[in-house]
Amino acid sequence: MALIETHALTKRYGGGVTALSDLTLAVEPGVIGLVGANGAGKSTFLKILLGLLAPTSGQAQVLGLDPVAKSEHVRARVGYMPEHDCLPSELSAAEFVTHMARMSGLPATAARERASEALRHVGLYEERYRQIGGYSTGMKQRVKLAQALAHDPDLLLLDEPTNGLDPAGRDAMLELVHRIGNQFGISIVVCSHLLGEVERICDSLIAIDGGRLLRSATVSAMTTERDVLTVEVSEGVELLAKRLAEVGLTAERDGQALVVTMDDEDVYDRILVAVAELDLPLHRLDQRRHRVAELFQTEEVGQRVH
Amino acid sequence: MSTESVIHDIGYQRYTGARLGRSHAIQSLYVHSVRAAFGIGRGAKAKIFPWLIIAIAVGFALIAIAVKSLTDQELVSYRGYANSMSYPVMMFLAIIAPELVSRDLRDKTLPLYFSRPLRRSDYALTKLASLMTAVMVLLAGPQLLIFIGVAFSADKDRLSYAGHELSQLWPGLIASLLYAFVLSSLALLVASLTSRRAFGAAGVVAVFLISTPIVGILYVIGGPVVKDLSSLANPMTATRQALQWIFGAERSDGPPIGSYGPVYGAAILALVAVCVTLLLVRYRKVAS
Repeated sequence: MALIETHALTKRYGGGVTALSDLTLAVEPGVIGLVGANGAGKSTFLKILLGLLAPTSGQAQVLGLDPVAKSEHVRARVGYMPEHDCLPSELSAAEFVTHMARMSGLPATAARERASEALRHVGLYEERYRQIGGYSTGMKQRVKLAQALAHDPDLLLLDEPTNGLDPAGRDAMLELVHRIGNQFGISIVVCSHLLGEVERICDSLIAIDGGRLLRSATVSAMTTERDVLTVEVSEGVELLAKRLAEVGLTAERDGQALVVTMDDEDVYDRILVAVAELDLPLHRLDQRRHRVAELFQTEEVGQRVH
Repeated sequence: MSTESVIHDIGYQRYTGARLGRSHAIQSLYVHSVRAAFGIGRGAKAKIFPWLIIAIAVGFALIAIAVKSLTDQELVSYRGYANSMSYPVMMFLAIIAPELVSRDLRDKTLPLYFSRPLRRSDYALTKLASLMTAVMVLLAGPQLLIFIGVAFSADKDRLSYAGHELSQLWPGLIASLLYAFVLSSLALLVASLTSRRAFGAAGVVAVFLISTPIVGILYVIGGPVVKDLSSLANPMTATRQALQWIFGAERSDGPPIGSYGPVYGAAILALVAVCVTLLLVRYRKVAS
């Protein structure tokens, strides 16, 4: 069963603003990145999945349920972390997350236990008894995640979870999201306007722009066939390039390095042989995946040409 | 190293227990809000004001008990108690109504509520029910205290005396309920329009107080019909006059209402209906 399925999903706001246009996609359970610029329609998409907004036309299915007709059932099984601040300052994190777990339908005792578990999993320990008003941005983001996680949802919807965090905080949050998706058995849709940020932790990606679907595919499908080797030598780059061309390898110049498409198993060895024969000082030789961003760029360029 | 105190990280465990859904969410929000109204589970600062008003209400009740048992004179009837508490209740509402709804608007907590198995109307009506409950505690609680105090301090036949007191008590409880309905729905609507608690409090006080002198002016300058209807201008006096219509005139009542009793009854029902409708509209529109 698909985790999320939409068919010709369209949302127009009053005043003629089209937030989503003819979105048809199906994604499997896992960690899903929803990428697009600010205003691309990501938040609208999440709100439709939660049943908070009704689509103008088209259908959506979340966990096999219609979020319009069965919105309370959907919301009981989904956790939502909004983009902006949404925490009361005068309650402690422990009290607030417990309250929110009860609001999701958990009995009082279970709510208290699950709340402190959720806070522990996001990395808040003794601080959880302090008032949220005194927390740092990073701690607040963790509380927002904990309240979405406390009732053990089957699907988490995270709207820009790294918003406002410093680079270390971003990495920690992404690591946490990755862990929840892979070890907790909870599917996640994580929204971001930064593709480079989510591509590391996602199994599949949905890219939207101006409310339209650019591409929806698994990350492995986007990257496997496009692996490359980067070769860097301290001197004699021209020489090496020439030699590689002679032995039938396509090498492109990228600054001081050469980028060789890895279309065969023995490319690695052939490069090493070429370097050894020319007696060049090898600085670096490593494999890297094509960044998904590059794939999207070619995709977009392709669309503009049409 | 001790072998007994080892902490095992048991990792994440899925929840397999009961999921109680919408009615449980409503119930939880109700309990949470009633507690918030009295500052229970909050810091000392949140407790000062509600408990000050409660102290005033209980103090008044204790004086009433003392007067009754010492002099056998009734200081105030049960219904009269509800009437004379309307200004302290207004102050209470000015603080508590913003506490219940303006905070959630300021903190933008509503999206978290609306993304749970709870409808927007559930949120609005549950907040209203919690506010009414808080007002009922403030009005009916001291009346019960007076009842118990008076009935059990009597040296006559206690059972028949308690029966007599009971017949006096229930109009007081009905009066409290009516005040709770009318004043809470109006106060909550006003508070729901702003995310600033100070503005909410000022708004509630303004709505209740600005209309008070109008009642007096209309009564002084108006003709006979206007005099009888002058109390309509203020929600507190209008409720008092509706009670006068229901239970008959008594000492603590305002000016006579002539034959316009049903007008007062209809007016406060209409006021409640309009306030609740606007409250629901407000929460249908508020951004998630």
